[in-house]
Amino acid sequence: MNTQAPVIEFELVNKWYKNYHVLRDVNLNVQKGERIVICGPSGSGKSSLIRCVNGLEPYQGGHLRVLGRELTDDARTVQAIRHSVGMVFQQFNLFPHLSVLENLTLAPIWVEKVSPEVARERAMTQLERVRIAEQANKYPQQLSGGQQQRVAIARALCLKPQIMLFDEPTSALDPEMVGEVLRVMTELAKEGMTMLCVTHEMGFAQSVADRVIFMDKGEIIEQNTPKEFFTSPQMQRTQEFLKQVL
Amino acid sequence: MDKAPNIQASKALVNPTLADGFFAPLVKSLIKSLFGSPFNAVCTLVFLWILTLLIPSLVSWGYTNAVFAADPQACQEARGVGACWGLIRAKYSVILWGRYPFEQQWRAQLTTVLLLVLIFRSSIIGATTGIRKSLAFEWVGVLILIFILMSGQLGPLEFLRSSVISPFLGKPFTVVPTDLWGGLPLTILLSFVCIVLATPIALFLALARTSEMPLFNVLSKTYIEVVRGVPLISVLFMASYMFPLLLPSGYSPDVLIRVILGITLFAAAYIAEIVRAGIQTVPKSQTEAAVSIGLGYWHTQYLVVLPQAIKVVIPGIMNSFISIFKDTSLITIVSLYELTGSLTLAMNGDALWLPYKLEGYLFITSVYFVFCFAMSRYSLWIEHKLKRA
Repeated sequence: MNTQAPVIEFELVNKWYKNYHVLRDVNLNVQKGERIVICGPSGSGKSSLIRCVNGLEPYQGGHLRVLGRELTDDARTVQAIRHSVGMVFQQFNLFPHLSVLENLTLAPIWVEKVSPEVARERAMTQLERVRIAEQANKYPQQLSGGQQQRVAIARALCLKPQIMLFDEPTSALDPEMVGEVLRVMTELAKEGMTMLCVTHEMGFAQSVADRVIFMDKGEIIEQNTPKEFFTSPQMQRTQEFLKQVL
Repeated sequence: MDKAPNIQASKALVNPTLADGFFAPLVKSLIKSLFGSPFNAVCTLVFLWILTLLIPSLVSWGYTNAVFAADPQACQEARGVGACWGLIRAKYSVILWGRYPFEQQWRAQLTTVLLLVLIFRSSIIGATTGIRKSLAFEWVGVLILIFILMSGQLGPLEFLRSSVISPFLGKPFTVVPTDLWGGLPLTILLSFVCIVLATPIALFLALARTSEMPLFNVLSKTYIEVVRGVPLISVLFMASYMFPLLLPSGYSPDVLIRVILGITLFAAAYIAEIVRAGIQTVPKSQTEAAVSIGLGYWHTQYLVVLPQAIKVVIPGIMNSFISIFKDTSLITIVSLYELTGSLTLAMNGDALWLPYKLEGYLFITSVYFVFCFAMSRYSLWIEHKLKRA
């Protein structure tokens, strides 16, 4: 049993979009090195949940601590947390006006103030890790979806984050490109990265996750190890969902 | 059926080979586009008919019967049938250099050259390596040099005037107050300074206007709406006559500075709206990606949002720059005689040449055209460059 303090702590977190209750009394602790897959029907609040972790979405009730710091409105706290928390988006969100290499060196140069040479070296290391180093001088539009997503992962890794958030990283990809992105994510998981991953890739969840969380209507309905989760789901809504996706 | 020969023709146009000849496909495609349909044919014929009426009389007025010598007598005789280009020969120095003292005009000429070189260099550097600190230093340096050259004010180096500078030049180096500056150098100087100052202000206004902070948002919105609701001419009038009333007595900045301030603040509001349109085309996901890698607000705007926003609105921004260039002609209202103003000055000052205003206006029109056309080509070049990247 891990006795360290959790790196992410949700404590009765509530969130509304105007009158719409997006997150209801969410309690969730994530330990260092834990790999968590979050699934659920669309509109269940799973994206909102992980977007709260790096402050892209505000929450209105409860407490959320990331890496020991309470996430508040304070711009500095939020920026410090974002610096240690990498995020990968469904639509990649690479910067189209910058080359692949410039996408990766932007934050190290401007946020960490490292020299361009160091930033470049770091970027090339990450690009090699996602096996795309030969595309360093191309622009994002010249790459396939799978390649762009791998660049996006490398961009997040350039800041040496302690936690990685994945918001449906393979949903916008053609089926034949899903594999290359999942492979990179699996390698990352094996290296001990703390990961929170919203995905419908149940195979990935089964092989990589320590815990699978099922959400519906803003609530965490069920959480369990992948083995238990997929073989003997407890709740009826989980069973219905799994019937649809498996 | 129709398309095949057309494609061939256009291919031949792009890549003429010796076998095809160059003119045959060109003529073919011209005939096709001019007479392709009955409507096109009628339009072409009507247009040709109008041209046959206009061109001969234009040629006879502008060239055959025109007077090229600076001879008012000959111009008087040719009046109504031929242009009097001699006017330009007689008056170009007042038109181009305004009220600047005649024997000191080399300073206005040198200023024009310096400004043009500076602008040309900045345009090329700005488009290739981006605007760097060194360029800003160059601007400040050249502008100070121009100020000294034009005004003749030496400040702490005053003692050099009679001992070094005048002997070196072989003629006096006098002080020329700013209200005597005029003509082309004033037009270029004003436009350049106003553009360089208005653009950053516009960026801040646009950022404030798109910001989520209500205070900045409202302030920027109010400013832009107020300025857009007022004609430039009244802004200039107020800058020149009202501004001094608001300041403590005895302290009133130079009229040129007041005018620069007026045009800059006016133009900034317009450019801000163009930039705002550009900012709105940048998806929110770009901002999210930027902040998710730890970039703060200013870095996000400067590195991610604005480069993409400006790229989209370059034609609009260049439109504004061209407007500023031409709008400088309004400063005649506060008795500064830039290109247009000094033309009026040149014409009204001499009854002999007064009847040939049209020729004078054609002359400065061509000067304006050269500059505006260059600006518009530059904008196209930048767009093309960015598209390739």
